[in-house]
Amino acid sequence: MQELLQNLLNGIAVGAIYALIALGYTMVYGILKLINFAHGDVFMLGAFVGYYSGNWAAAHVDQQHPATYLVAGGIMLLAMVLCGAFGYLNERIAYRPLRNSPRIASLITAIGVSFFLEYGGQLVFGPDPKFFPTLTPKHIVHLGGIVTTNYQIIVLVVAVAFMALLQYIIYGTKFGRAMRAVSYNFEIASLMGIPVDRVISTTFVIGSSLAAVAGILFGLSYPKIDPLMGIMPGLKAFIAAVLGGIGNVPGAMVGGLMIGIIEAFVGGSRFSNFRDAIAFVILIAILLFRPSGLFGKYEAEKV
Amino acid sequence: MKSLPWFLRDLIYLAIFVAVLLAAAYGLDALRFPGIAYYNRIIVLIGINITLAVSLNIINGHAGQFSLGHAGFMAVGAYFSAFLTFFYFTNIVEKYPAAQHPLFVVALLAGGALAALAGYIVGLPSLRLRGDYLAIVTLGFGEIIRVLILNIEKIGGARGFSGIPQWSNFFWVYFFAGVTVAVSWRLVRSSVGRAFLAVREDQIAAEAMGVDTTKYKVKAFVIGSFWAGVAGGLFAHYQMYLNPTAFTFLRSFELVVMVVLGGLGSISGSIIAAIVLTILPEVLRMAKEVLHTDKDPRMVIYSIMLIVLMLTRPQGLFGRRELWQVLARRKDTIPTDKRDEGDADDKLDRDAAPPVQ
Repeated sequence: MQELLQNLLNGIAVGAIYALIALGYTMVYGILKLINFAHGDVFMLGAFVGYYSGNWAAAHVDQQHPATYLVAGGIMLLAMVLCGAFGYLNERIAYRPLRNSPRIASLITAIGVSFFLEYGGQLVFGPDPKFFPTLTPKHIVHLGGIVTTNYQIIVLVVAVAFMALLQYIIYGTKFGRAMRAVSYNFEIASLMGIPVDRVISTTFVIGSSLAAVAGILFGLSYPKIDPLMGIMPGLKAFIAAVLGGIGNVPGAMVGGLMIGIIEAFVGGSRFSNFRDAIAFVILIAILLFRPSGLFGKYEAEKV
Repeated sequence: MKSLPWFLRDLIYLAIFVAVLLAAAYGLDALRFPGIAYYNRIIVLIGINITLAVSLNIINGHAGQFSLGHAGFMAVGAYFSAFLTFFYFTNIVEKYPAAQHPLFVVALLAGGALAALAGYIVGLPSLRLRGDYLAIVTLGFGEIIRVLILNIEKIGGARGFSGIPQWSNFFWVYFFAGVTVAVSWRLVRSSVGRAFLAVREDQIAAEAMGVDTTKYKVKAFVIGSFWAGVAGGLFAHYQMYLNPTAFTFLRSFELVVMVVLGGLGSISGSIIAAIVLTILPEVLRMAKEVLHTDKDPRMVIYSIMLIVLMLTRPQGLFGRRELWQVLARRKDTIPTDKRDEGDADDKLDRDAAPPVQ
């Protein structure tokens, strides 16, 4: 029972990170029908911004002082801004010129941008793994028999807060309405006076800054980071987005949590060697039996 | 030539091809200068990549499906043929050295056959999926194949599979590259190939015309993965060592990039892109010296070039045409029939990736 709860908690903590990444995939896919393969590497970029600024902060701020939480928040904000800026440039330079070309062309540039970040990361940050600094004091927490750290709780709280914020942006603001309109049909949306280009850029900025948050949370929970760290979580987050129904924001959150939990249980069982494959098995199963995902709407094919 | 029965004509073509290859192999063997081993290696890798790119072009270019799992099929062929030679054939060859080449071909074809079976299994989901979803499912299959291999101890698992005899050489690599090109070339001009093109252009219209789209999609997967498996076998017996990390989806990406860069559906485009993209990272090694850095910027330059190329020529180098058609158009020797060449080309390229259902 305890082991079950322990796996469940670990799964939720990873799953929340997958969910944050998955949101970026699902928003971009919902609007542009583009698998943004570079998204997982933006997540890596966020982790590295956290690494460098965290090390700077560790040298200048006393870790026991309460202000360290503020500094950690500042680091997160910095990573969000930098990754958001990268997301904007990425869309502007690599995707926008190809919006009217075959979709495969933008898929290839996405792969190109992904390579650029991975190999550029190896060049700039060095290919060896780095140890993510502890941004705030870390201690062990006992929660009714399960052992956890305050970090896992912080990860959960932050992830849920950002998901709630996104939910508010999409369903509670004018911009969110514009975004939903664009993802429904961007030609008609532009006829209705919605600045489609600006909405798409902003979507990229939001998605990338969520990936930055995920990167920092990932660094806090698994303090070994390297320039290729974004590949697997990126793919799994994409699978999470498909699982929840691509283009569907709450679906991405649920999908991310499910993938995280299932992986934690497989990792804790005797099939732990197959941990990396399980997400793909889920993907194939879901696409075969319910291609529109758990929460996706079935759309009939129009001739 | 024209009056000969087809099999005699093909036999003559084959004989000429083999003779040319043997002469080239002999000539290469005779060359002696420092670093020749390095150049030989690149030439062989180019041959293997041509086989892979042309076979992927059957699936992605001609049949219009989007496979991101080619490295997986390659891995199946590589491991199975290496398994056969390592555990069974090397013993036989020790006793009868003359059996080496026939047994090698048997191993390659067996590897191809198993890869084709894997292709059949992967092809089945294409009954229901299209475009991006199919791409991500094939990627998933490729990764599952890799994780499975990683967990089979008999063939080395994560340690890798070493001790494979080096039976691949220039001749066999280019022989199979040539055969793959010939098969692909004739396939597109057969009734099967026309069905492929119909599925690519418009699946619903093809179905309405009586094309069994499912059958042809699966067929494309089986044929493409067969040759990927053969190429994998050639690769295994050239490297003499296999490791699952060589068959991640990054390898599949590389192959897709070759096909798209050459122009989806253009056989000569795939060949040229395979050559260029194999040589390019090697040429870019020079960048390190030019820039006077200790770090190696070649892959960064490579990725930037990829992005720029895609931005400037989204339809690939040759679009859907072959090299000579592109050259001929330059010189205006072919009367330009706009409907067949220019306009139609652009329009069709635009929906190269069919919308998700």
